[in-house]
Amino acid sequence: MNGAAHIEIDRVSHTYRPVRGRPVLALDGISLSVRDREFLALLGPSGCGKSTLLYLVGGFLPVGEGSILVDSQPVAGPGPDRGIVFQHFALFPWKTVMQNVLYGLEKQGLPREERLRRAREHIDLVGLSGFEDSYPSQLSGGMKQRAAIARTLAIDPRVLLMDEPFGALDAQTRSLMQGELLRIWQRSRKTVIFVTHDVHEAVFLAERIAVMSARPGHVKEIVEARFDRDDPELARTPDFLEMVDHVWNLVRAEAIQADRSRVA
Amino acid sequence: MTERLGALLPRYAPLFLLALAWEGLTLSGIVPSAALPRLDTVATAWFGLAESGELWTNAVASISRGASGLGLAIACGSLIGVLMAWYKPVRIAVNPIVQFFYPMPKSALIPVMVLWLGFGDASKVVLIFVGCLLPVTLSAFNGARGTEEVLIWSARSMGASRARVLWEVVVPSALPELLSGIRTALALSFVLLVSSEFIVARQGLGYMIGWLGDGGAYDAMFAVVLTVALLGFAADRGYLMLARRILAWRE
Repeated sequence: MNGAAHIEIDRVSHTYRPVRGRPVLALDGISLSVRDREFLALLGPSGCGKSTLLYLVGGFLPVGEGSILVDSQPVAGPGPDRGIVFQHFALFPWKTVMQNVLYGLEKQGLPREERLRRAREHIDLVGLSGFEDSYPSQLSGGMKQRAAIARTLAIDPRVLLMDEPFGALDAQTRSLMQGELLRIWQRSRKTVIFVTHDVHEAVFLAERIAVMSARPGHVKEIVEARFDRDDPELARTPDFLEMVDHVWNLVRAEAIQADRSRVA
Repeated sequence: MTERLGALLPRYAPLFLLALAWEGLTLSGIVPSAALPRLDTVATAWFGLAESGELWTNAVASISRGASGLGLAIACGSLIGVLMAWYKPVRIAVNPIVQFFYPMPKSALIPVMVLWLGFGDASKVVLIFVGCLLPVTLSAFNGARGTEEVLIWSARSMGASRARVLWEVVVPSALPELLSGIRTALALSFVLLVSSEFIVARQGLGYMIGWLGDGGAYDAMFAVVLTVALLGFAADRGYLMLARRILAWRE
């Protein structure tokens, strides 16, 4: 196990410069620290820049203003210490589940036996045993996302970046996958940044929730959501429901503003 | 196997009916045999050409020209197209040239090729190469440009270098579009092959059509025309089967 990492986001701004049209300020001096082994949700209305922030931490977009440190090292491009799971899975469609999971392991330069062992272990972990030789096109949405999670976890990143990973799934599958993710996270305890616009999902999964403002995004408030997540009835307890209500009230104003600015 | 044959027969029944209509029209004298020879004399002429070996030597000459020109076009076009998509300087340098020459009818180059390269194989191979290069290049370019950004990001975040991403992500992403561009090029290669041989050659199926027609051997000429049609059809079918195998993951 590589363990986990802490992340320091310090006054980061980001401007999108489309080929046509005016530049858009997506993030405006956002600061946030994510603790070692913490599950943090980035919650906000669509277009608030939460995915942009995740891509900056991932190193997919250059950090222009401000700084992002992962274990005190500035981010300079993508790397296997930060694994990512995308909303639309991003599996290689020409590779089978097994080949997809093996891809990252090959890049780590592990011996063949070890690669196969770790791939099987992680396919098993996400409950996809028996589908090793299936192509993504043969899998349901939920299974695709399981495969993508297995692929990312197999390379044992210290940080897990999740970009609305369950947003493309139907409600039942989403709720199943949330439970599975918690189970997996409790075993591996990585630092997780989980982007979502679903208040219930954020409260259910995350220890802390960073509520973001409408664009240009900054952190409006950070909410601690400490619950006993082994409790199967958690989502029905009064404390939980009260927390959902509290967070929803924080988000609502921003969602309304985001919606208005889209019309204008 | 018999099951597949059973499915194929009804599918190609219209072709059979067309052959019957041909035979009927010529036998009844509605169409004079000078314009359209009877199908059975065409068949006889075909066996004559096959037996003498003429058909085969000329077919081999044509096929090797076509395969060389097309093969070169596929190799170079794929490379240029992918590099255009991946490196902006290449795109800026090459794109205007591709755009300008793409709509030009490549048969216009036949006299130029003869002037430069003479009457041998080279003029035909280069003509087919030039003609097929642009459809392959454009399809490789469009396919590679359509690579999903998240696939590139995924590979990069798993530790792949940029060069690796080009080969392991961009090229496979381009494959469906590239393969359909190659199919277009394959059909085009037949057009260019036969028309160039028809005009300037001392060997090849197009050349045969030319001199058989000039000599008034219309049944033999039609036999060669039908051979070219059959070759083109077989090449296209064979290619489709190959492409389907390569893209089996798409389902």
